Amino acid sequence: MDTTNTPNTSNTINTTNSIATSAGTASATARFSLGIDLGTTHCALSYVDRAASDGDKVVQGVLDIPQLTGPASIESKPLLPSFLYLPHESELAPGDLALPWSAAQDFAVGEFARSRGAATPIRLVSSAKSWLCHPGVDRRSPLLPADAPAEVQRVSPLTASIRYLSHLRWAWDQAHPEAPFDAQDITVTIPASFDPAARELTAEACKAAGYQRLTLLEEPQAALYSWIQASGGDWRKQVKHGDVLLVVDVGGGTTDLSLIAVQERDGQLELQRVAVGEHILLGGDNMDLALAYGVARKLAAEGKQLDAWQTRALAHGCRAAKEQLLADDTLQSVPDSIPVVVPSRGSKLIGGSIRTEVTRAEVLALLVEGFFPPVAVSDKPATRARGALTQLGLPYAQDAAVTRHLAAFLSRQAGSTAPIDGLHGTQQTPSGSGASFLHPTAILFNGGVLKAPQIEQRLVQVINGWLASEGAEPARLLEGANLDLAVARGAAYYGHVAASGRGVRIRGGTAQSYYVGVESNMPAIPGMEPPLSALCLAPFGMEEGTEVALDAQAFGLVVGEPVRLRFFGSSVRRADQVGTLLDFWGPEELVELQEIEANLPAQGRTPGEVVAVHLHARITDIGTLELNAVPVGGSERWKVELDVRADASATDAEHAAQ
Amino acid sequence: MNPTHPSFLSRIAIAIGSFFAILGNGRLASDITRLRAGEALAADVPPAPAKEVRIEVPVEKIVEVRVEVPVERVVEKVVEKTVTVTAPSHTAALQLLGLLQREARFVDFVQEDTASYSDADIGAAARVVHEGCRKVLRAHFTIAPVRSEAEGSRVTLAAGFDATEVRLTGNVVGQAPFTGTLGHRGWHVTDTRLPQLTDDKAAAVLAQAEVEL
Repeated sequence: MDTTNTPNTSNTINTTNSIATSAGTASATARFSLGIDLGTTHCALSYVDRAASDGDKVVQGVLDIPQLTGPASIESKPLLPSFLYLPHESELAPGDLALPWSAAQDFAVGEFARSRGAATPIRLVSSAKSWLCHPGVDRRSPLLPADAPAEVQRVSPLTASIRYLSHLRWAWDQAHPEAPFDAQDITVTIPASFDPAARELTAEACKAAGYQRLTLLEEPQAALYSWIQASGGDWRKQVKHGDVLLVVDVGGGTTDLSLIAVQERDGQLELQRVAVGEHILLGGDNMDLALAYGVARKLAAEGKQLDAWQTRALAHGCRAAKEQLLADDTLQSVPDSIPVVVPSRGSKLIGGSIRTEVTRAEVLALLVEGFFPPVAVSDKPATRARGALTQLGLPYAQDAAVTRHLAAFLSRQAGSTAPIDGLHGTQQTPSGSGASFLHPTAILFNGGVLKAPQIEQRLVQVINGWLASEGAEPARLLEGANLDLAVARGAAYYGHVAASGRGVRIRGGTAQSYYVGVESNMPAIPGMEPPLSALCLAPFGMEEGTEVALDAQAFGLVVGEPVRLRFFGSSVRRADQVGTLLDFWGPEELVELQEIEANLPAQGRTPGEVVAVHLHARITDIGTLELNAVPVGGSERWKVELDVRADASATDAEHAAQ
Repeated sequence: MNPTHPSFLSRIAIAIGSFFAILGNGRLASDITRLRAGEALAADVPPAPAKEVRIEVPVEKIVEVRVEVPVERVVEKVVEKTVTVTAPSHTAALQLLGLLQREARFVDFVQEDTASYSDADIGAAARVVHEGCRKVLRAHFTIAPVRSEAEGSRVTLAAGFDATEVRLTGNVVGQAPFTGTLGHRGWHVTDTRLPQLTDDKAAAVLAQAEVEL
């Protein structure tokens, strides 16, 4: 954004340029571009051999990741389940956890962790990524597994992520000794909905795992890159100027939404990410579990009670049945029911197994109607008040209907393409009034759940129903999407395109504008908090390597004492510039994020001295937001922490509650 | 060792040339000293093994060696074959059994006496076994048919066909090419991907006993 290049930032622009230059020269030597999907339930690593790639011909592969699949048994698989198992000291024989690169590890990561942990959940760390973006907890403190007894040595969400990332790094080095991991370009994907603190924690985990040449990329963008690459240049025929692409990415644990606008400039098609959705903890695993519980209820009604072990086995069987039952019924005959057998736990397999059937009607009712019901575009996801103790767990989506979350997202983003040059007036209804929600013109689906044709058809049908109600053209489904591991592949392709400077890039920048809370200057009134204003610190769409300074307001920081500031983000206020002061805002316009903390070190100054500082916001080359406090008239910089430890008293209360 | 020596006149020229060369080159001087002391010239010393062969083996025996070389190769081949026959891998077999048990409850199923169960019960269990075995085969082996022709069709085997891949049955007489009916397409494994083991002993445990605390 040119508008951010105000004169008062020119002194800092130089530093960012020099950083960009050094990164540019270093990337000339990377032979591979690696894309890492650090998923809630699975990780994957894809790579582009840049030396062998030329133009549209891209040589790409997926790394088979060696991992424990049983005690002392190592297999290579394309997916690394994002599970960490912390075994009891006498649970396994010595050497059972040895890996080719580490003989003395006392934990397991991957397939063995998942299967072992299923039977002993108190020692299993799962969904570490969801914890990493959970602002209610201190993500650097050991709190996982959440329901582990006292004697289990817990790990922090950050540590768990570091272990997955380290495993991938070792696996690469093992397979490619000729091209060390450290010398390659690495792109790690994150949900588009990650807030600045979660992005920074992901970058911190990557650095702690030794990742040197790192970039972060939003997952829906990665999925779109994968589609662009798979089309082999044909994508230019599938989209046109004025298109608004809706990317729906339903992963194992999260649903991620993004809108990407297509515009033509100087004869070239350009892509610009215009909006991202909120963080929705709702994914394919919820759906598999829902089906398993539904079938378990049916068995219970027949007098067959399942224990926890059998329920897991049932979930496994239901997943396979679901895929067959949700096949496209216009292409092939889909059976009305699929037998599912829950094997006995003991060695008597024949007498002890329970047989049941999963019918098509059940799958449609539980999954398609349960998670993708036809709703009005004006519907909002249901929320209910949380009890105080629910803060201990993950903030799972309370409304299971993906369609309602989608409706709320599109409604919130109505008019968001209007400020983009060349897209004026593309969001008009035939009657001339503005659209009540943002009208997508094309849809890209990603994620295992959306491979089921009946779910895909339902989503298209619901969205096109909304469009028809406002007289808009139906949105079309982009073809050739839904590759396996599309996110990892797209990330590797992105790294390749970014380093070579050729091929299309999605212009993104910050997905939100950010604000710091300032108290209004007015006389104190007893019993009333001084009204809070929000001062824009970083505008929407700031791109990597840019920096803005908030000179309008100086903050007095006390040397040696941390100062906390309230921090807000907005995904809808696109026009605000640095220094814009908001006295009032709508309930959905601004979302309060975690407090930020500025801390002036005491060296060279008298403790207690008050220093006036300006806040500078910078988007690093990695893609994280960095806030710095710069003394007025000075050149020192102090980092403002985005991830501040939760209130000490609140954390104590959590421990007491356990 | 060159048998022809330089003539007397040539030797004078060499001697005069050497006189100045020795004066001007210390290295050459020390080499000449060693030569006069009786050391052999480096160029004249053949490489050690070649020297042994040339000196110790008379001309007649070189012919023998030529004959022996192919004989020796044949002997070596026989030895190799014996080695492959005597090296079955128990560990890999146990690993496969362990995988079939883990994914398909294969050992549980086969160890049970099916006589007392109804076909419906056996059928239900067989689904678990079938699905799991299939998963193991797909994950760990690449299996392809030996012959791509449809079963029941006529096929002709040219001379020199691979007898390990094709078995002739019935009226096996005469010389190739053989023409007959394909009774079974055959299967062969083109790739095997068994898990690596960090401890071979672990493979003998096909299924761990489970104790729930």
